[in-house]
Amino acid sequence: MFRKAGVNVLDGVHCTSIEDALSAYDSLGSKVVAVKSQIHAGGRGKGTLYSPESGEKVMEGGVKIAFSREDVELYSRNILGNKLVTIQTGENGKIVNNLYVEAGCAIAHEYYLAILVDREAKAVLIMASTEGGMDIEKVAENTPEALHKVWVDPAAGLLGFQKRNLGMDLGLSGAALKSFFGLLGKLYDVFVKNDCAMVEINPLVRSEDDEIIALDAKVSFDENASFRHKEWEDIRDLGEEDDAEVRAKELGLSYVKLDGDIGCLVNGAGLAMATMDVIQLYGGEPANFLDLGGGAGEDTVNAAFEIILEDHNVKGILVNIFGGIQRCDVVANGVLASVERIGLEVPLVIRLSGTNYKEGRAIIDASDLQTYSVDTLAEGAKKIVELIGGES
Amino acid sequence: MSIWINEHSKVLVQGITGSQGTFHATKMIEYGTDIVGGVTPGKGGQSLDLFGKSVTVYDGMYEAIQATDANASVIYVPPQFAAEAIMEAADAFDQIKGEGVVVCITEGIPTLDMVKAVAYVNQRPGVRLIGPNCPGIITPGIEGGCKIGIMPGHIHKKGRIGIVSKSGTLTYEAVAQTMSIGEGQSTCIGIGGDPVNGTGFIDCLAGFQDDIQTEAIVMIGEIGGTAEEDAAAWAAENVTKPIVGFVAGATAPPGKRMGHAGAIISGGKGTAAEKFAAFKSAGIYVANDPSEIGAVLAVALKEAGLL
Repeated sequence: MFRKAGVNVLDGVHCTSIEDALSAYDSLGSKVVAVKSQIHAGGRGKGTLYSPESGEKVMEGGVKIAFSREDVELYSRNILGNKLVTIQTGENGKIVNNLYVEAGCAIAHEYYLAILVDREAKAVLIMASTEGGMDIEKVAENTPEALHKVWVDPAAGLLGFQKRNLGMDLGLSGAALKSFFGLLGKLYDVFVKNDCAMVEINPLVRSEDDEIIALDAKVSFDENASFRHKEWEDIRDLGEEDDAEVRAKELGLSYVKLDGDIGCLVNGAGLAMATMDVIQLYGGEPANFLDLGGGAGEDTVNAAFEIILEDHNVKGILVNIFGGIQRCDVVANGVLASVERIGLEVPLVIRLSGTNYKEGRAIIDASDLQTYSVDTLAEGAKKIVELIGGES
Repeated sequence: MSIWINEHSKVLVQGITGSQGTFHATKMIEYGTDIVGGVTPGKGGQSLDLFGKSVTVYDGMYEAIQATDANASVIYVPPQFAAEAIMEAADAFDQIKGEGVVVCITEGIPTLDMVKAVAYVNQRPGVRLIGPNCPGIITPGIEGGCKIGIMPGHIHKKGRIGIVSKSGTLTYEAVAQTMSIGEGQSTCIGIGGDPVNGTGFIDCLAGFQDDIQTEAIVMIGEIGGTAEEDAAAWAAENVTKPIVGFVAGATAPPGKRMGHAGAIISGGKGTAAEKFAAFKSAGIYVANDPSEIGAVLAVALKEAGLL
């Protein structure tokens, strides 16, 4: 993406096998190369690789500098197919299926650069620091004066003097400043044209011949803009995403799997979060976040219920609905249909409030389904925690 | 009194011929909102019969405001066109009346479109944008009232509690909680769960502070950004009325988007713990559980000598 936009990057080859990596090394013609694990998470350099079967540690560091063909072979063998755990992946880590082999360069200095939307200023913010390669949160905390910021006026766009000033703030001059000026303009265009949520270049480097090069980048996109970016389908690595989360999204649900054992089916993002919070407040652990959205039909409710039941950690379910657009009777029918089809072996607590709650409760009460009806979220949370034998 | 809208507000529905637009226009009329017309480009001149009321459709906002003297609009158009609908409404209200309230219900508008739209609205100081991705705003009346949005009207009652929230269903929960202690609402505003929106917490707190009808405030935030912290700091200096606060997302894992585009803890920032702490240090009464809001509100009212 960067290369196509004319952003200075080092030559590199995307690989999925050790053979690929070796032929990449041969074709790059650079004695020193970097072998980089490609997963959708940061902190790769400081991560650790483990064997997914035995759980044994394989190698420290998901990004390695290789000084020979043998190094490339060793590192790609240690990386591919193994599990990389970084500060951002959580304990379970992520299996690495993709590698990037990149030509080396003589680095004079490393910088940090990020472009993102500043929610408070309601504008695009560009941040840069002379402390490249470092954890930016630490820079922001320890040496805020080293972090330089520029806000882009939405009507005027990124202006020449802003690019120049930011470059000078980083201590650049001459050819390096000119190179930075060009790179920043192109990066900003990439950000806007591709509806990015964040572009983070860490490190951005100045080579010994004063060229500014984006050495490593992390890009995230604004999911709301997917309707005008059909090309995102091609770069998505579905293998990295949770299968249930992908299916939920296709159905218009928001689902996030968590580590607990109480499944939640809720309408509305805020209420869904609050439901998780209250479950924990009463001593339980939520198994998921699930927002039905507004006005889900019976089929959607049915599918949501199935996704929850597929998670084998789930020992009980709390349905919490405050009907606005969502009608409680539709939820009740959806729940019954799912239970009829796939059975239910765990306790179910249902709280229906708002639009058509009387009809909804009547439907549940008239069925043979063993459920517990409650009036408030707190009662529901207490009840489900009690039923699965947690504290209450 | 109430804030920004009242029982006499005249409301236009942008996207009225779409299924969401027609459905909610009908519900708003049922509640008592004075829906004076609708806008769908290309369908001007049609007339819809909604809950026994004949509603005229116009091709654009300029024409519609001139014909109806509307002072508010509500947007139900799809995300691809929503930012432009906001800007059209803002410009039309600004040029014709010098002021107006624009409520955008649409979910899923690209963030960079909103950056543009919010900047555009802010250049027209008489125009207020509420949302997007929100339930809207409601001022209950003695009978009926003015509901601009998608909230269930029947759960509300006219009263003295102002409610502001990032979340839809959690706002309904807060309304039910005020009702559980026999309190009604002055105005309830959903500001929406997107990272970039129009009206924020501070605007609402300022509105409630100046409103005679409002005697106490319920404020509901969620993880992501620092709007709650900023509002708490502002309230400590500027709000004399008691505030009850809750923040959703204490158990949300970092880096995961929790339904709302804005509800994400990134780089360790925007956690519920930080927001609760900011509330406490600003003297805001904190509810740890939404089912507690009523009880905490009763304590707040009592300590303020209002109960």
